[in-house]
Amino acid sequence: MSMLRRRKASEIEQTSNLGDRKEIESKFDGNEKEKEKEKVKKKKKKWSCINSCCWFIGCICSIWWFLLFLYNAMPASIPQYVTEAITGPLPDPPGVKLQKEGLRAKHPVVFVPGIVTGGLELWEGHQCADGLFRKRLWGGTFGEVYKRPLCWVEHMSLDNETGLDPPGIRVRPVPGLVAADYFAPGYFVWAVLIANLARIGYEEKTMYMASYDWRLSFQNTEVRDQTLSRIKSNIELMVATNGGKKVVVIPHSMGVLYFLHFMKWVESPAPMGGGGGSDWCAKHIKAVMNIGGPFLGAPKAVSGLFSSEARDIAVARAIAPGVLDKDVFGFQTLQHVMRMTRTWDSTMSMIPKGGDTIWGTLDWSPEEGYNCGPKKQRSNDTQVPDHNNTESLDCQVKSVNYGRIISFGKDVAKAHSSKIERIDFRGAVKGNSLANMTCHDVWIEYHDMGWGGIKAVADYKVYTAGSILDLLHFVAPKMMKRGGAQFSYGIADNLDDPKYKHYKYWSNPLETKLPYAPDMEIYSMYGVGIPTERAYVYKLNPAAECCIPFQIDTSAEDENAGSCLKGGVFSVDGDETVPVLSAGFMCAKAWRGKTRFNPSGIRTFIREYDHAPPANLLEGRGTQSGAHVDIMGNFALIEDIIRVAAGATGEELGGDQVYSDIFKWSEKINLQL
Amino acid sequence: MSILRRRKASETEKASKEDTHKETKYKGVEDEKKDKISKRKVEEKKKKWSCIDSCCWLIGCICSIGWFLLFLYNAMPASFPQYVTEAINGPLPDPPGVKLQKEGLTVKHPVVFVPGIVTGGLELWEGHQCADGLFRKRLWGGTFGEVYKRPLCWVEHMSLDNETGLDPSGIRVRPVPGLVAADYFAPGYFVWAVLIANLARIGYEEKTMYMAAYDWRLSFQNTEVRDHTLSRIKSNIELMVATNGGRKVVVIPHSMGVLYFLHFMKWVEAPAPMGGGGGSDWCAKHIKAVMNIGGPFLGVPKAVSGLFSAEAKDIAVARAIAPVFLDKDVFGLQALQHFMQMTRTWDSTMSMIPKGGDTIWGNMDWSPEEGYACNPQRQRNNETQVAGQSGTEGLSYPKRVNYGRIISFGKEVAEEHSSKIERMDFWDAVKGNNLGNTTCRDVWTEYHDMGWGGIKAVGDYKAYTAGSILDLLHFVAPKMMKRGDAHFSYGIAENLDDPKYNHYKYWSNPLETKLPNAPDMEIYSMYGVGIPTERAYIYKLTPAAECYIPFQIDTSAEGENEGSRLKGGVFSVDGDETVPVLSAGFMCAKAWRGKSRFNPSGIRTFIREYDHAPPVNLLEGRGTQSGAHVDIMGNFALIEDIIRVAAGATGEELGGDRVYSDIFKWSDSINLQL
Repeated sequence: MSMLRRRKASEIEQTSNLGDRKEIESKFDGNEKEKEKEKVKKKKKKWSCINSCCWFIGCICSIWWFLLFLYNAMPASIPQYVTEAITGPLPDPPGVKLQKEGLRAKHPVVFVPGIVTGGLELWEGHQCADGLFRKRLWGGTFGEVYKRPLCWVEHMSLDNETGLDPPGIRVRPVPGLVAADYFAPGYFVWAVLIANLARIGYEEKTMYMASYDWRLSFQNTEVRDQTLSRIKSNIELMVATNGGKKVVVIPHSMGVLYFLHFMKWVESPAPMGGGGGSDWCAKHIKAVMNIGGPFLGAPKAVSGLFSSEARDIAVARAIAPGVLDKDVFGFQTLQHVMRMTRTWDSTMSMIPKGGDTIWGTLDWSPEEGYNCGPKKQRSNDTQVPDHNNTESLDCQVKSVNYGRIISFGKDVAKAHSSKIERIDFRGAVKGNSLANMTCHDVWIEYHDMGWGGIKAVADYKVYTAGSILDLLHFVAPKMMKRGGAQFSYGIADNLDDPKYKHYKYWSNPLETKLPYAPDMEIYSMYGVGIPTERAYVYKLNPAAECCIPFQIDTSAEDENAGSCLKGGVFSVDGDETVPVLSAGFMCAKAWRGKTRFNPSGIRTFIREYDHAPPANLLEGRGTQSGAHVDIMGNFALIEDIIRVAAGATGEELGGDQVYSDIFKWSEKINLQL
Repeated sequence: MSILRRRKASETEKASKEDTHKETKYKGVEDEKKDKISKRKVEEKKKKWSCIDSCCWLIGCICSIGWFLLFLYNAMPASFPQYVTEAINGPLPDPPGVKLQKEGLTVKHPVVFVPGIVTGGLELWEGHQCADGLFRKRLWGGTFGEVYKRPLCWVEHMSLDNETGLDPSGIRVRPVPGLVAADYFAPGYFVWAVLIANLARIGYEEKTMYMAAYDWRLSFQNTEVRDHTLSRIKSNIELMVATNGGRKVVVIPHSMGVLYFLHFMKWVEAPAPMGGGGGSDWCAKHIKAVMNIGGPFLGVPKAVSGLFSAEAKDIAVARAIAPVFLDKDVFGLQALQHFMQMTRTWDSTMSMIPKGGDTIWGNMDWSPEEGYACNPQRQRNNETQVAGQSGTEGLSYPKRVNYGRIISFGKEVAEEHSSKIERMDFWDAVKGNNLGNTTCRDVWTEYHDMGWGGIKAVGDYKAYTAGSILDLLHFVAPKMMKRGDAHFSYGIAENLDDPKYNHYKYWSNPLETKLPNAPDMEIYSMYGVGIPTERAYIYKLTPAAECYIPFQIDTSAEGENEGSRLKGGVFSVDGDETVPVLSAGFMCAKAWRGKSRFNPSGIRTFIREYDHAPPVNLLEGRGTQSGAHVDIMGNFALIEDIIRVAAGATGEELGGDRVYSDIFKWSDSINLQL
């Protein structure tokens, strides 16, 4: 159409031009002509501003609509063709491949999402949240964060004393598969796995998303929402309606700890537990396939709680760095975020557990000698790369003290322990309240600490996994008081001690026994090959008036290229969030064979997935990723899950699949088994 | 921004005008002439702009204004529309949730919603090539975008297998679970959302509300066979009772959900292989009340016309929202056949064929509603509990409508006395040659197997009552009815203790089952009245029957006088636009009242009618006093009743029965052994 019109218009133009010229030539001489032209130009200027603006917008809109129309009219398979034309034929997704092999849906599966990835929606709110009833506050587009950030923070926070709802606010988890299939539009979490399972015949009746409010402590999800009862009832229902076939549970991230808690809860007698009896797990669970589980916590949780600087404590940051950044809340972003996250009890479930025995002392750590430098040669065929040993030898000279999870100053991080002067902070008097009137609206506990306290913290210089608990108790007493009632971080001397019947121990694998279920299998599946935060170099914040007084010293860099220290963070092998040690130790050693933590000898398997970044942009987040969340789209992992869901055992999968030094490191840990 | 720019532009404009003014002063009179000419020139130059450019300009303007308005709309406080509405209408009444919260009601009994036919969402789990990219997208509900894009593919995926009534091979379409299944049917068209929002006001949330979503295309027992839906409902009710301190649930079924829940109550008590094995006291232990909304207990005549000729113009919501979807322009000329082929594979539609035969629905010359007057509209008065004036008005119509003749061929037949109608039996009629020539083959409907002979025979029988309609359907759609016979029954039980009634096909027919032994339970029948509702039809043979469905409602048949109940070939009666009062109210008004053989434990029943009042103006949307079949879910009075019961009230505390129609009178004239 537009082409036709254009021709017409130009024809008219031509003829009118001709006519003009005749008129002008007959009546005026050349001098006057120029004047006329100038005038015409000036008249045209009227058009130049709004009109050409409108014209421009109009063009763009029309083109946009046209493209949109084309896009809609396009058959759905074109993007795939394009991708295939560029990258060569794509491999079949695992679901299709295994369907061709003849695998069919067998065991019902249960998904347990992790922290942050589950959606939350509003059921009751204050005036400012009008019109958001049953809209997602967390997950989805996060539109409201931009529109009314303070209102959002208010509604996402929990009560500071109880760790439950503040009065007049009810925010509840979204139920069903939609709770965590996509975290935000286009950012999958469980969707790829679900789609592949559906290929071999899974559907709603054989898949259950155990969504829970990930802000609450685990026991509180039962107290407030009866979530644990709900999971129990749904698993029982699925087993009953699928001919007694046991379920395969697939927890991810913090869901791993949540499900540990569930397994203890369900066996405990009724008032505190679910009253399922000691053989409930044996009767209902075939396998627990933990994905990226922080069994022993994650150092990232410490920096998150200490200074809310965990740049990517989870997905949120990856998608929306702008959301939680300064531009939205003004200057006090970090305080707002910190105040909000500190009301979330669940974050405390991921504080490193097992103290110095697991995570290392001032001068020793299980991972010492790890080489962060030049990336290892990737070879997917070798099951255990053994060239690491030689490489690490030349690095051993200057070993990183991973045990010092927090050090104040780079020198302190490197110096030998005997050379560090430490002043105990525990007795330090907390000085006057720092907060002046301008800061008061954003109350954080640091303001109650005063300069004296802050100084004292810094003077202690170095914190190991054990002393970090004292540190957190000192800087955030209220939060840790709540946490103390819900979680525990120690190692049990005697697991038969009746005190371990309390629910606060249930999510700590070092203080509980696995259920009596000899036929069950436990998998630990996680990515390796990505530098993962393990220890931090801190500094005091100079302008501490209204800010959080501690900061990661991002200027601390190591000299040589192969260093583990980057931007104030010592890193180690892992999946970007959880270090290998935390994800693998339980299955590699503490639960291997019959131990006191695993009295019935449940078989354990370690399945590592070596990280390979996506080859190009068209691949999206990659099919071989090992990153904490992106691993949910890893074809090898999905294939393993489908095989197990269709009835395979761990031996049939090929037993352990290890790329990292997890067995070596586990050996070094001296834990009574 | 745009304002600023505009000012600037006008300034430059002014300046340039001044310039030209000065220049013209310099020049003499001659120059003025030139000036005029030059102006003309400018105008002609402007013509260059006239076509695409001004087109673009226009679009640009519209876009900019659109964006600006959109921005304003987004920046507008959320309460703004409310202010506008209030400014026009005066202050709105508090929604019932807020009002009752102020009265101090709080969450007590968990509630279970059972959605009806059509309103629940369905999503795709496995499909053929043509449905690529629709995995876990809604095929039914939501925007219905795919119906436009690939209509034939859509019909293929929405259909079930013609023999088994289950999935066709390679296709899995499953119900959407959770509250989202039926809170909104399409964006902006609420079903349960208003009720949910009001319940949330007094403290309800996900853990105390459960949407018993099921695949409404399947027969009730097949939802258990394929999806274990009944087990799922049982388990969820047990869970909610257990986690809420043993408080029993309040069940709120709507439309076909009413029949589904009747089926559930029998299923859950029946022993394990066929039933849920809950034991005979399961209902007594778990259910406080069943609050049926617009329940077609005894079926609806609309279902007959839907099955017979796919002409139920509004068999449910779909038509109300999207008349286009199922209309000719989408599928081409064969829309109705496609539609009919699809709906005939849905077993659930057969659950709503009128039950109880001539005893309930009337015979050739008698019907319980005879003498009912549709027009003039009764004076509305919300305070009167029982509207008694319609009885007297009915007398003014000497010509009674024979509602019993649900289908008549020709208007004369519908009005004639039965002795004057010559009927030819059709049962033995030979089904003639196959009608379908090759051009029609792709859209196969069973009519094509019937042939002209069969069609003629059907037309010659002239009038069909509720009893003979079953024979008619068996004749015209033998395959469908064969499936239906295995899952549904439409009779009246002589002896309820007969062991044959243990079969699941009787469970959704209230006239062939006993209510559970639960003396503390309450059953409510809540429905709208005051809207003309289809009750009987006048049919004709379609002249061009080659490729079409051979029967059609004779829309030219109109009653002579204004107050007639015959409009466009349809005789109407009081109801909620879909379910006649008789079907919705009879069980609670008579058959279950007190201790009867259908209700051996004497479960208390209550009738709550809601008189229809259309929305006052457009701003009110679908109204807060509507009595229409689906819109009643937003009726404030109904919501208030539900909330009170959920918060612990009994039927007596609500005020017992609340009746506007003649349901008690009509029920009395039905001669059913109790």
